[in-house]
Amino acid sequence: MFHSLGRYILLLWLSFRKPEKFKVYWAEVMREMVSQGIGSLGIIVIISVFIGAVATIQTAFQLVSDLVPRSVVGGITRDSTILEFSPTISALVLAGRIGSSIASQIGTMRVTEQIDALEIMGVNTPGYIVSPKIISGVSMVPLLVIVSVLLGLGGGYLACAVSNTVSTTDYLSGLTDGFNTVIVTVCAVKAVAFGFIITSICAYQGFYTSGGALEVGQAATRGVVYSCIMILFADLIISKVLL
Amino acid sequence: MIEVKDIYKTFGDNHVLQGITASFKPGKNNLIIGGSGSGKTTLLKCIVGLHEPTKGDVLYDGHNFTDMHFTDRVHIRKEIGMLFQNSALFDSMTVEENIMFPLNLFTDQSKEEKLDRANFCLKRVNLEGKNKLFPSELSGGMKKRVGIARAISMQPKYLFVDEPNSGLDPLTSILIDELIAELTEEYNITTVVVTHDMNSVMGIGDHVIFLYNGQKWWEGTNHDIAHTDNKELNDFVFASKFMKAAREKL
Repeated sequence: MFHSLGRYILLLWLSFRKPEKFKVYWAEVMREMVSQGIGSLGIIVIISVFIGAVATIQTAFQLVSDLVPRSVVGGITRDSTILEFSPTISALVLAGRIGSSIASQIGTMRVTEQIDALEIMGVNTPGYIVSPKIISGVSMVPLLVIVSVLLGLGGGYLACAVSNTVSTTDYLSGLTDGFNTVIVTVCAVKAVAFGFIITSICAYQGFYTSGGALEVGQAATRGVVYSCIMILFADLIISKVLL
Repeated sequence: MIEVKDIYKTFGDNHVLQGITASFKPGKNNLIIGGSGSGKTTLLKCIVGLHEPTKGDVLYDGHNFTDMHFTDRVHIRKEIGMLFQNSALFDSMTVEENIMFPLNLFTDQSKEEKLDRANFCLKRVNLEGKNKLFPSELSGGMKKRVGIARAISMQPKYLFVDEPNSGLDPLTSILIDELIAELTEEYNITTVVVTHDMNSVMGIGDHVIFLYNGQKWWEGTNHDIAHTDNKELNDFVFASKFMKAAREKL
C-alpha cells in the first residue's frame, strides 16, 4: 500500500514539472477539456434532471402535513441537490465515464510502447500524458457540477409542474428561502476534489499498467472502483470539515 | 559511437544480462541477435535508458548516459531515434502529426518548416501523400516506415530498431532492412538493430553480436557467421532447413 502511495505521489510530482513546450501541453489540455467536458455533458444532463425530479417528488411525499409549508420542498431539494446529489452522484458517474477512459487510454499507450516512445524522445511522459488530464478534470468537473445543479433544480420544477404535489410557485419560493451560501462553497470544493481524484487515480492505474489487453481492462476497473471509494471518503471529510 | 561496459541487468532472481561489453560504431548496422529470452531487447532498453542497468555503464560518444540525471539525458535523447517492434505510433495523431511531434516539442521551427521536414521524411520512406492517414488505416509495413520517418525527423545521431521485421512478409522485411541500411550510411548514424531474422543478419549485418543466456557469446560480421565453429551460434543461425541448405552452398 505504501509502495503504491509513494508511486502515486511521485507520479503527481513528475506530472507538474516544467513542460518542454507550453504550447503543446496547452493544446493537450484543451483537447482533454473537450473530451471530458463536452463528452460528458449528455449523461450529466440526463441524470441531473431525473435526480432533481425524483428528489422533489420524494421530499414532497415525506412532507405531507398541513403544519409544514409546501415551499420547504423547494428548499430541501435545493440543499440536497447542491450539497450532495449534484457533486457526488455526478462524480460517481463521471468516474465511470471519464475515469475508465483515462485509465484504458493511458494503459493502452503503455502496453503498445507509446509511452516508451515518448520517453525515448526525451519527453517528460507524466507531464505530457497525466497533467493535462488532471488540469482538465479539476476545471471541467466543477463546470459539469454547476450544470448538474441547474438542471437538477430544473428537474424539480418540471416534477412540480407535472405532478401537482407542490405548486411551481411554492417550489420557486422554497428555492430562494433561507439560502446559505456555504453550501455553494462545499459544492465547489467537492467538485474540484472529485475532479482531481477521478483523473489522478485513473491516470495512475493506467500509467503503471503492464501486460496486455486483459491488464488494461483490469486497470480501468481498478481506477473506477478506487476513484468511487475515494470520492465517497472525500465527500465525508469535506462535509465534516466545512459544514 | 556507443559503448556498453560490463552491463548487468537483474529482475528479481532472473539474471537477464551478465556482463555485456560492446561498442557500436557510426555508419554501421550493428545487429544484436539471439534466441527468445537471450536478453537482446533488455540490452537495447538498457542502452536507451528505458531500463536502468543493475551494474555497468552506457556511453554515448564518451558521455556516461547511465549516471546522468533525467534533465541531462534529454540532450542525448533528442539525438536518438527509435523504431519499436509494433511501431508505437500515437493512435490519436495522423501520420503527419506523428512525424511532427518531436519537432513541435523540441524545435522552434515554423509550421511550414516542420511540414517540409515531415514531407521530406515521408518521401524518404516512400510514403508521400499519406500525411492525413491515421495509424489504424496503415498496413504493418507502412506503420514501420512511418515509425522510421518519425525516428529520423530530428536527424538523429543514434538509431535503435527493435525487431524491424516482426509480422512482415519477406519482401517488405527486405525493404525495411534496406531503408535502415541506406539511412545509416547516408547520415552516418550509429544504428543498433535487435533482430532474430536471419535475412536481416545476412543482408545488413555489418557488425553482429550474438547473445546467449544473457552473455555476449560471439561477435563478428555477417560474412564471418557462415564460417564460424561456434556451436550455439550455428544452432541458432542454421536452425531452419533453408538456412542449412544455403550454408552448404556457401
